[in-house]
Amino acid sequence: MYQEYTITVFSENHIGLLNRITLNFTRRKLNIDSLTVSESAIKGIYKFTIVVYCSKQTIINLVKQIEKQIDVIRAFYLTPDEILHQEIAMYKIATSALLETNEIEGIIRQFNARILEMTKGYTVIEKTGHKAETQELFEKLQPYGVLQFVRSGRVAITRLKKELLSNYLRKLENKQSVLV
Amino acid sequence: METLTKEKTEVQKDKSIRVTGSEALLMALIAEEAKIIFGYPGGAIMPVYDKLMDYELQHKLKHILTRHEQGAIHAAQGFARVSGKTGVCFATSGPGAANLITGIADAFLDSTPVVCFTGQVYSHLLGSDAFQETDIVGISMPVTKWNFQVRRADEIPEAVAKAFYIAKSGRPGPVLIDLTKDAMLNELDFSYKKVDKIRSYIPVPETKQYEFEKAVELINSAKKPLALVGQGVILAGAEKELEEFVDKTGIPVASTLLGLSALPSEHPLFTGMLGMHGNVAPNVKTNEADLLIALGMRFDDRVTGKVDTYAPNAKKIHFEIDKAEVNKIINVDVAVLGNIKQTLPLITNLVNENCHEVWSNSFIPYKDEEKRRVINKELYPYNGKISMGEVIRNINETLNGEAVLVTDVGQHQMIASRYFNFKNKRSLVSSGGLGTMGFGLPAAVGAKFGAPDKNIVLVSGDGGFQMTLQELGTIAHNKLPVKMIVLNNNYLGMVRQWQELFFDERYASTSITSPDFVVLASAYGIKGEHVHSHNELVEAMQRLWNCDEPYLLEVHVAKKGNVFPMVPAGAPVDRMVFGDEK
Repeated sequence: MYQEYTITVFSENHIGLLNRITLNFTRRKLNIDSLTVSESAIKGIYKFTIVVYCSKQTIINLVKQIEKQIDVIRAFYLTPDEILHQEIAMYKIATSALLETNEIEGIIRQFNARILEMTKGYTVIEKTGHKAETQELFEKLQPYGVLQFVRSGRVAITRLKKELLSNYLRKLENKQSVLV
Repeated sequence: METLTKEKTEVQKDKSIRVTGSEALLMALIAEEAKIIFGYPGGAIMPVYDKLMDYELQHKLKHILTRHEQGAIHAAQGFARVSGKTGVCFATSGPGAANLITGIADAFLDSTPVVCFTGQVYSHLLGSDAFQETDIVGISMPVTKWNFQVRRADEIPEAVAKAFYIAKSGRPGPVLIDLTKDAMLNELDFSYKKVDKIRSYIPVPETKQYEFEKAVELINSAKKPLALVGQGVILAGAEKELEEFVDKTGIPVASTLLGLSALPSEHPLFTGMLGMHGNVAPNVKTNEADLLIALGMRFDDRVTGKVDTYAPNAKKIHFEIDKAEVNKIINVDVAVLGNIKQTLPLITNLVNENCHEVWSNSFIPYKDEEKRRVINKELYPYNGKISMGEVIRNINETLNGEAVLVTDVGQHQMIASRYFNFKNKRSLVSSGGLGTMGFGLPAAVGAKFGAPDKNIVLVSGDGGFQMTLQELGTIAHNKLPVKMIVLNNNYLGMVRQWQELFFDERYASTSITSPDFVVLASAYGIKGEHVHSHNELVEAMQRLWNCDEPYLLEVHVAKKGNVFPMVPAGAPVDRMVFGDEK
């Protein structure tokens, strides 16, 4: 059964590592639904959040292969109920559209969105939320003319009481070196 | 890259000396005891070769010039496989580096420790489509365990140290280091420290105590256990530990292609090879067994046949060093992670002595049937042409197992693996996972350097031999006493066999003309002779072994011989075809 999984990868900051990670998707012809990369709370350690639709067997093997990469510290997968996640979306509309009616203002309030910048020509609205929410706002705004629309990849945080990465790292560093 | 240099700057300056990047590379190789390099020079790697000349004159390093970069990497693989050391090869940028890829992919699938160094254009030219520039780091990424581009001379010592550590530790594999020309030419303060730990890399996973206990319980209670040996046993150097386990438990043993020679062929509990062209008894018994003990093997599809019907009655224990292999193809009941050289003796200590006589004896009828329907005909053909099996029997009778068998890929490979008498450990060098035609001849070159005191016999086919026959030049140049046997059937035999069995005998592009291999060898100054008949074979084999130089036999074998028995692709392993069915 196919379902949505969020993969979290912690890694060293090495050039080419993104390639090494995505290769595992390419060879299985898996489409990456969303991908974000940024430095984690620990300096020098990077966090990848990858969303993918696949079967359970695939995700298990996939995550093992990712974790096997030398510079990957840890990789795991989570189901939607195990995470809190957000995406950010930005919408550019013509300021004239906003001024002609007060409906847009109502939509912004209703969606808890906010205005980031307003010029004579255009207005940029920002909304964070799940894909369905940002999509819905897009559809609501569309009749008034959306000049540009972007959505970020997912950022996610676990609901699970997992071992903290910093503790895990300490454990790794204190581990006796094992030769061969 | 970034962290590399960060750690690098902290080395003690007082112990260091000022050298160029090229010299640092060679000094690092000496520190890693990598004395033999297989390679091919070219523009971007010239600074390294220039320095190498000095080191060769001082007998500190030895460079073997192959005739193609693919030859260099296969030779490094052959070297690594027989010696247990890490193979090293050099190539230049662009085409030189790209020519290594097949061998790197082969080493990746067969877990062979090799470290490749490739030249690269000056760092300021990177990304500019400079002459002989290719993104070898990008190209090799899917087939290397690790790779790295060195752009600064002072990155070299640690990059090399990491490369050797990663290639050899845990589940071994190929590593590629790409060096820009300026990194070779610039100077650095050289000091060398071997790497024995990388934070993000756990080469040997922890073994869980309860897995031990479960494994022991399953082994003690099994009535029909079968041990499946893979190359993991050989890579761990656990041949002795395997024998002790088997002798105590009395469990019959079967081997994958690459696991051959972990246990001598003549061991009373050895039941043969698994898989598509394996032996009947272990394949049939896989599906009767109530316990499979997988020792350093990965349930390749050539071994399992149809996965859904594989070993339906068996509990499974998987001894494995690579966590990602567990439950990949076959779900197992117990996974004993760790280095098998350490884990297996612990199990041996805890399990009960046993002999499984009835179970072991139940293999015999299948063995006899295979003998009657296939083996006897293959080894002792009574009509006209020489068979491939007959040639292998002759090698066995002449040498009594005192040789390392190197094969190419195809029918001859399966026949040689089936019938060769494996007596000593590490006595098979063959391309398993990737099935690389052209592997044999250069691998034999490397094997001779890796085991100079052993007899190295290459068994190749007329197709595969022609893929890398330029390495005859390397053999001739180094006067390497490699014994080459080309089994010529004028066909790409394995593909032709499949065409006969599964494609209505439509022999598309499998009939192949070859040069006269004996004349070809003589053009390189290598002795050889043709063998057409059974009688000639015996005598030619004597001359082959009595000669202390390289020697080539071109054996003209039956044109349409087939390898049987076989598990047709996608069929259950206990449905073997003998080839005599009507």
